[in-house]
This record gives sequence, structure tokens and C-alpha cells, in this order.
Amino acid sequence: MFWTFLLPGGLWLLLFFLVPLAMVWVLAFGERAGPVEIVITWTLDNYRQALEPIYLGLFWKSFWIAALATAVCLIVSFPVALAVSFAPRRSKPLLLMLVILPFWTNLLIRTYSMIAVLRTKGYLNYGLEYLWVAAKTILAPLGLDDLLGERFVPLSLLYNNTAVVFGIVYVYLPFMVLPLYATLEKLDRSLIEASLDLGASQIRSFLSVTVPLAWPGIVSGIILVFIPALGTFLISDLLGGPDSQLIGNVIERQFKAANNIPLGAALSFLLLYLTFLVLALRAWLAGRRARHG
Amino acid sequence: MAERRGAPGPLEYTRRLWLRAWLAATFLFLYAPIVILVIFSFNDSRRNIVWRGFTTKYYAKAIANASLIEAFTNSLIVAFISTVVSTILGTLLAMALWRFRFPGKAAVEGANALPIVIPEICMGVSLLVFFSRIGLMGGISWPVSLTPVVIGHIAFSFPFVAVVVRARLEGFDRSLEEASKDLGASEWQTLRHVLIPFMKPGIVAGALLAMTLSLDDFVITFFTSGPETITFPIKIYSMVRFGATPEVNAASTVLIAITLLLTVIAMRLQTPVREEETR
Amino acid sequence: MNAPPIVRIEQVTKRFGSFAAVDAVSLAIPRNAFFALLGPSGCGKTTLLRMLAGFEQPSEGRILIDGEEMAAVPPNRRPVNMVFQSYAVFPHMTVAENIGYGLKVTGVPRPEIERRVAEAVAMVRLQGFEERRPDQLSGGQKQRVALARALVKKPKLLLLDEPLSALDRKLREEMQLELVRLQHEVGITFVIVTHDQDEALSMATHIAVMNRGRILQISDPRSLYERPRTRFVADFIGQVNVFDARLLDRGETGVRVMVEGLGEIEVPEREPPAEVVALAVRPEKMEVRTEGPQAGPLQLAGRIGQIAYFGDHSRIFVECDGLRLICIRHNRSRIEETPLAEGMACYVSFRPEDAVLLSS
Repeated sequence: MFWTFLLPGGLWLLLFFLVPLAMVWVLAFGERAGPVEIVITWTLDNYRQALEPIYLGLFWKSFWIAALATAVCLIVSFPVALAVSFAPRRSKPLLLMLVILPFWTNLLIRTYSMIAVLRTKGYLNYGLEYLWVAAKTILAPLGLDDLLGERFVPLSLLYNNTAVVFGIVYVYLPFMVLPLYATLEKLDRSLIEASLDLGASQIRSFLSVTVPLAWPGIVSGIILVFIPALGTFLISDLLGGPDSQLIGNVIERQFKAANNIPLGAALSFLLLYLTFLVLALRAWLAGRRARHG
Repeated sequence: MAERRGAPGPLEYTRRLWLRAWLAATFLFLYAPIVILVIFSFNDSRRNIVWRGFTTKYYAKAIANASLIEAFTNSLIVAFISTVVSTILGTLLAMALWRFRFPGKAAVEGANALPIVIPEICMGVSLLVFFSRIGLMGGISWPVSLTPVVIGHIAFSFPFVAVVVRARLEGFDRSLEEASKDLGASEWQTLRHVLIPFMKPGIVAGALLAMTLSLDDFVITFFTSGPETITFPIKIYSMVRFGATPEVNAASTVLIAITLLLTVIAMRLQTPVREEETR
Repeated sequence: MNAPPIVRIEQVTKRFGSFAAVDAVSLAIPRNAFFALLGPSGCGKTTLLRMLAGFEQPSEGRILIDGEEMAAVPPNRRPVNMVFQSYAVFPHMTVAENIGYGLKVTGVPRPEIERRVAEAVAMVRLQGFEERRPDQLSGGQKQRVALARALVKKPKLLLLDEPLSALDRKLREEMQLELVRLQHEVGITFVIVTHDQDEALSMATHIAVMNRGRILQISDPRSLYERPRTRFVADFIGQVNVFDARLLDRGETGVRVMVEGLGEIEVPEREPPAEVVALAVRPEKMEVRTEGPQAGPLQLAGRIGQIAYFGDHSRIFVECDGLRLICIRHNRSRIEETPLAEGMACYVSFRPEDAVLLSS
């Protein structure tokens, strides 16, 4: 009985997940010996190269962009999760589904659709232009319209780092909303009521009661957004500019166009170790919290 | 029950204006790009920047595009196989982890969590390396050429299924199992008549998740598609790089429609079960 | 009744790690008894029940059901069925399917299943509910489904784990009578686990009092109440007044003891215990009077502390020389005989034959 249950999944994980990862790990210690040949010489050169300033700079940039996008996600998602979990019973499933539905589309399509929104002649700029024209019309009689300039200058929102951040937020927003919602849903409402009853304002109750209690959900959401964002290459490829190369793009290039698989392997594992570091940090923080909580 | 009018209560956050505005703005942000994409699939303009008129000719073009149709079909095949196998593997693993204690259990649980947590690109490149090494990338004809894609999809989907089914199993009242045995049922009969009916909502949710993950995937598909394998996301990707045309929008809209249809079907599949239980 | 007992538990111990939940327990359950395992939570009674059902294996000792050794027999092959505390009614099956489940999985032919299920439904008075689902049933109805489901299999032994704990008071009283009726109708041995002494006293033919994994006393309800053997049993069943006492002399008709606060008393007892540590008197055997000292040795002077009114009786707490005594006075008539009030001086007396000698 037991083996019937364990073996299929276990073997699959072993053969098609752990073994490939192990192969990459080994390849990071290899050297190119021809267009398709790689010899494992157990050299550390690849890791040395991967840790050069140029790549470290890329890791740093990827880290920052992912962190910024995660922060924006968190700020946007919290009120949404709050709204859905405190909604009346019958509206909840509908609202939840509305949040999840965009998630039900291909990553590529979601990323691609942002292009029409962000480009110079895209919707965001059209919208801003509309507002600009409206503002001008209102301010004209007051003679203040010069403040807005002669012509509407569209924001350059595409093919740069801003677009990448936008893109990440757009694609991964549901991943932040769902864990937040799950935690808020289980929150004991009477705790907030107690806080209000004891004299705290809504904001104070929110900061002192709701947020600390929602902390596990916040951490889950951060992990679910930050890690994929760290390794993204599609979003930066489609929406980013020439200086928006992230670590994911570099890795992809080593395995495809540049054919420098050992370097790519080293970079991949560095990314993986970074991911583990983030997870370990979370576990450590959770452990501290459990001891002091 | 009449809705209570009047000022929102202290905890009725959702009735507050600013929260409603925020929610509306977020939904606008989430849906506008997709809606625009769908609308612009009907745009009668090659460069597709300004609206020039309604047409369905790009849909016709898309349907006539043999490689696009092939890509589409391939992705559907992959999704189907991946869903079936992932659901089975995930359910079995969830049961093993829920039911038994064994040496190395923590390691298996960890290994199960890894595909969910690591950056997809790491998994993608490792699968590329693996399949290259065993000679399944390139130089193979259809349908075997789809094998790396299917295997890759299963590898990253079934841990999700396992998590979902495991969560459902955690809520199982063990005394139901004991009652079944007490009444004379064997281990297998108990599984069939008591445990599996209980797991059903979890299995269905897991299957849904597996199908969505497969249809929506780009990264793993990208790395496991050899030069002869044409899958939908890869095809669209190359079309996008050539320049956005309404044809891309048309193809995307069709995929969105299919995914939506599947979701609705899945929701319908779930509700009759609920109705039965309350009759 | 000379039939051999249906269950024999011989020196059974169950250990979890180093903790012995059941400690060298031996007992015999007579056929057709309504046998109660009574004790506070954690005393091991549920573990013992589960060992009978087969869900736990004894660490030591053996269990025989109808002469057969049960060690190698898994729960699904024992001639024993259990009604679980949570009822464990299968949520995805109708009432009829639930009741028929045990027959279906053992290969009983369809027509016979239908016949027997109909009988069982009638027996627990659930006619009309056959097609309902558990989430449409009340707690009491679910319990009856669980009962029917177990009884339809005609087991030699029916086990009930705290069957009445989840019911409200009125329903509980109804079900107590119902269970006893069922047991007579079906004619099989019932073993019930409970922490509620009222349940045990009113339903059981035999009660085994347990504490900390051991059996302290097995008697019929009346003997258990009127002749408890130890302080624990006396205190666990009902309320009791306990005085420290020490044995002075044994005689043919009785025993002389020195009782704290009362002096020397002669207690008529033909089979006194080997060691005596205390004297116990039940509250309803104590009389409270306001008039002056009566003749007779067994009297204590005191002051009425609190009176708790329960409708059919009142509980009167009397402070006597540092002792707190509980007395019960039944309200026999609507008009109070001699009204008692808090603070009044009073005299408490009892008859020596109403006292019980306790060992440790």
C-alpha cells in the first residue's frame, strides 16, 4: 500500500527534478571543450566569473527590482485582501474569483497585454493626456495653464525598468492577494472589536492588531512574489529596455544563444542559493517570532 | 434580508468608500490590459496602435495559420496529459505524506516543496540540460518531441496538486475511517467508499490547478521545447518579437476564451456535488 | 446466570511510551449486561474500549471475546461494533446507505441488506429519514443512525464511547431510557464509556470505576452508591461526607471505630474492609433539625452555611466545628415543614447503619 502511494511521485521528483538539478550543479564545474562538448574539470572558474562585478551588479539590480515590485504588490494587495475578506458573505466568492481570474491567463499574454497599456501611444498615456487636457481646460480661465506646459509629454513607461516593475506587479498581484486573504479570513474579528472598544482608532487598530496578526500571510505573499520576480526573464525581455537586463535574461542567454552552459549553470545555482537564503531568513524570522510571540 | 442602510459599521471595511475605490481601481488595473487586448484583436490595422475599424479577418488569419493551429493543439495535448498524470501523482503523494510516517519523510516533503518555491528558470534550465543529455531535445519527430514538455509540466504541476489534496486530507475525521473498519470494511474498501469521496473536492481543485498551470506556463515550456516542438506560448513569443499584430491578439483571445470556458466548466462540476450534499 | 462472561480482560496493560494508560486491568463482562466504564477524563476507559474494538493493541495481557483470543483479529473482523463519540456518520451517504454500509462491505446480498436496514430504521425510530443526508440531521438523529448502523450487523458486543455527552439535557434523559430499551429489545451486551456518573447509575447493570488506568471497584449501581470501597469511589459517585476514622475493634455484628469529631461509633457491618481509614455518610442520610439536642450519640451541632435549592430537593451546607457537611432534604410537600435559613443553629444526625467504612 505504502509504496504504491509514495513511489510514483517520489520517483518522478527524483528523476525529473532532482537529477536534472544535480546535473546543472555538476556542469557549473565544467569547461567548454567544443561547440557541444563540456568537460567536468571541477574548476571554480565559472563561479569566479559569476561573482565578477558585472554579474554581481546584475544580481543586485534583479534583487532591487524584485523587492520594489514586491513592495508595491503588498501595498496594493493589502486593501484588496481586506476588502474581500470583510465583504458580506455572498459577495466573497465572486470578488475572490474576480481577483483570481486574470491569473487564469498565460504569462506571456498577460505580459504582452501590458505593452499596449504602457507604450507612448498606450492607454496609460492616453488616460494621462486626457487628464492633462481636462486640467488645462479647468485652469485656463484662471490663467494657470502655463504650469502644465505647451504640449503633453507622454511618460516613457515602456522598455525601461519602470515597465519591468509594472509588469511584475501586474503578473504576480494575485499571488500576494491570496495568502493575505487566507490569513485575514481566519482572523478573529473580535480582536479588532476589542481594540476599538478599548479606545484605539481605526488606523491604530489596523497597525497594532490586524497587521501583526496577518503577518504569516504577509510573509507568504512576499515569498510567493519575490522569488519568481527575482528569476524573471520574460517580463524583462518583453517590457524592459537595453539596460533592463536581469539575471534571468543572462542565464537564459548562456543556455541558448551564448552557449556558455557552465557559466549559466553557475549563475543558476547562485540564484538558487539566493532563493534558499531568502527562505532560510523567513524560517529564522518565524522561529524568532514563535519564541517571542 | 434587507440590506442595512446607514453608515458602515466599524468592521464593515468593504462598505467604505475609499476601500471600494481602491478595489475598483485594482480591478481596472487587472482587467483593462486584457480587455484592451481582446478589443484590439478586432482592430482593422496592421500596426495595431490606433483603432481603425472592426474586423474579424485576423481571426481568419489566425485559423489559417497552420503552425499556430499546430502550436495550439500541442499545448492542449500537453495540458491534458499533464493534468491527468499530475493529478494522479499528486494525489498519491499527498496520501503517502498524510497517512504514513517513515524515515526520510521530511526530505520528501522538502523535495515536494522545491518545485513550487524555486525560480522557474532554474528548473527550466535543468530540464533543458537533462533532456539534451538523454537525447530527447532536437532531432525527434512529433509526438515524441512533446515528451520533454509533458514531463516538465508534470514535474512542476504535481507538487501543487499534492499540496492541495494534502490540505483537504488534513480535515479528515479519522473516526470515519475507524467506523468503516469497525463495520467490517477492509483497508481497500475504506479507501474506496470513505476516503476517496472525501478527497474528491481536493482532487478536483488540484486537477483544475494542474490544468491552469500547464496552459499558463511559459518558462518551462520555453526551455523544454526543442527546435521542432511548436507550442503555443513559444509561437506567440516569436510572433510578438516580430511585432505586435492583431493576429497575436486574436490567438491570445482564443486561449483566454478556452481557459475561461474550462474554468466555468470546472466550477459547474463542483456545484452539483454541493447541491447533492444539501438535498 | 451461569453463562460464561462474554468478555474476559486479563491483566491488560497499555503503554504509550513510558506512560501506562491502562495498568494491569482484569475484568469479566457478563452476557447481556449493560456494562459501564466510569471515570474522570484520562483514566484509561476510552483506551480500554478501543482495545476491545481492536483499534489499540494491549502492550501486555490478553482480551478474549466469547472465549476467542482477539490479539490477531483486526477491527474489521471482530464480532464487535462501536458507536463513536462523534457518531462518525459518513457525510456523503444517505441514512439508508450509512446503515447498510457494514452489510455491503461484507458481501451481504442486496435484498437482505434492504430488509435488515428497514428493520434497523424501525428499531431506532427513524422511519421516513432513509434518504436524508447527515447534514440534514440533528445530533440525536445522527446518533440513532450510528446505533442502527452498528446494531444491524448483530454484533456480540456493542461499544458506546460517551454517547450522550454531546446532547442537551432533555435529549440526554430521553436517550438514556431509549438505550436501555434497545438493549433489552436486541438482547446483546452493551459496553459504555462515560464520565457522567448519573448516566452510569441510571443505565448500567454493572459499573466499573476507573482511575489512572486501574479499576477501583466493579459493582451494580446500588452497591456502588451505597457501599463504595474507597474514598475516591465514594467521592466520585454522588456527593458524600467523609470523616477520618480509625479501627478500634472488630466484633461479630459490627466494628468499633474512632471517628474524628464524633467519637467512638459502633457500625453494624458484617463484612468490614481489612483496613479502615474513613467513615462516609451520604447527604440524603443526614437529617437537619433546628430543635435542641436529641437523644443518641451521632449528633453534630452546627450552623447552616448555604442552602442551594434544586426544586425537588435542597442541598444544605452545614458548618460544624471546622467540618463542612452536605445534607440533602427532599421537598415532600409544597408547604415547607420547618423552614431553614442561612445562619440558623442546627443539629445534624445520622444512623450508624447508614455509614460506610472506607479503605484507601
